[in-house]
Amino acid sequence: MLADHKSDQSHAEGKKAEWQPKIIAFLCNWCSYAGADLAGVSRIQYPPSIRVVRVPCSGRINPYFIIKSLLEGWDGVLVSGCHPGDCHYISGNLVARRRFAILKEMLEFFGIEPDRVNFMWVSAAEGERFSNMVKKVTSAIMKLGPNTQFARKW
Amino acid sequence: MVTAQEHGHVLESKLRTVASELLKEKKVDLIIGYSKGTIPQRSSPYIARNPADTSNFIWNNLGYTNLAKYLLAKRKKKVDNKEVDLKIGVVAKGCVGRAINQLIVEKQVTRENVVIIGIPCNGMIDLNRIYEAVGTKEILDIALVGDDIVVKGRGFEKKLPFNENINTLCKACKIKTPPITDVLIGESNNLPIDEKFQDVIAFEKMPANEKRDHVQQLLHDCIKCGSCRQACPFCYCKLCFVDQNKPVWFNKTFDMNDILVFHLIRSIHLAGRCVSCGACYGACPIGINLNELTRKLEKLSKARFDYVPGMDLKTPPPMMAFKLDDDQGFILEE
Repeated sequence: MLADHKSDQSHAEGKKAEWQPKIIAFLCNWCSYAGADLAGVSRIQYPPSIRVVRVPCSGRINPYFIIKSLLEGWDGVLVSGCHPGDCHYISGNLVARRRFAILKEMLEFFGIEPDRVNFMWVSAAEGERFSNMVKKVTSAIMKLGPNTQFARKW
Repeated sequence: MVTAQEHGHVLESKLRTVASELLKEKKVDLIIGYSKGTIPQRSSPYIARNPADTSNFIWNNLGYTNLAKYLLAKRKKKVDNKEVDLKIGVVAKGCVGRAINQLIVEKQVTRENVVIIGIPCNGMIDLNRIYEAVGTKEILDIALVGDDIVVKGRGFEKKLPFNENINTLCKACKIKTPPITDVLIGESNNLPIDEKFQDVIAFEKMPANEKRDHVQQLLHDCIKCGSCRQACPFCYCKLCFVDQNKPVWFNKTFDMNDILVFHLIRSIHLAGRCVSCGACYGACPIGINLNELTRKLEKLSKARFDYVPGMDLKTPPPMMAFKLDDDQGFILEE
């Protein structure tokens, strides 16, 4: 799942000025995945920088996934779940929120570009919001440039 | 004012009588404590099974092992062909007591099966400072004389002030006696918890690249031997993430990123649980100052969740609980 992107050549290759970041997006099945789907169905444009991994709940996302993605060379990680209180499994995203909070804090402490890891809440009805968020994250990661610091060397 | 040397001596003799009485009255099956180590600068964990064994117990400032770790073995005894839990006495300084409490909250240890023999601790000697002062010479004897540490070896004798050469965690420690005890030796010397974490805050204010350089410098020599994990009372996963190979979470190389990931995930696992006992620091064969990570975890738990691990048996640790109105400043908004 995580290693496949190496053969996934960006269509902008050749034109180096138009470097597009590759962002792995973990979307929760019940809200954010449906939100992304709505954005697609409504033909709302957003940058083609994200590759989606559907997870049952944001509570399913282990910090290992995020760290491993960075190690594998993804330029950014996007994690999205239901708004607090709206979790399909009642408290999955609340448990996840604490987990993400300490992950982000420890990344900051270690000085490992915490801005590459982004968390957000998107509901199934928020296609517009999803597209705006992806735009925001993509431009933020374009500013950071390719993930050379934390990607594994060999 | 009692000197550090007298403090230890008084406790040691009291500890032996209390321990042998507990064993004589069959209140416990065995008692875990410290005895003289195989090298002079470390006390070994020691298990006393009958009253005569208790004369081997010692109490000094060289017990780096967190004895709560030994409760996790969960050995049983046979009574009328039935397997029954052992009742274990533990010689507990403040951090060992807190670790036991935390393990009880995490349902790894049953309260009824532990007898906490509380000891007011006055700090553990920071061995790396001693090695710095002594150099590569072999240490043959290390003892407290008055308020000084006296290190002896072939052709040298060094005197170092005790208060300045204890572990940095012990310097900042407020809970020197276990918060919950069954038997208390001596008097509790706990202080009110009013930690400001100035050292951590000063570090956090540094720019990201300086922080990165500092952490990389700190962990540069790590050989990922896993001593810190083995010493930690809270690393009791049946299969550690380090050993998982389906998938492999990070590579077993000495690439800096792999070392960083090991320590990063280890600290994430310990967030809100670490009792800052310094066992990882004491166990590290390279002498990496893991206390810096421990201090950060201590601050994270206090500042973010207002939780001090191991103080009672009721409050669930922060990573086992949640609130609807938790801080979510780090989450992106449109």
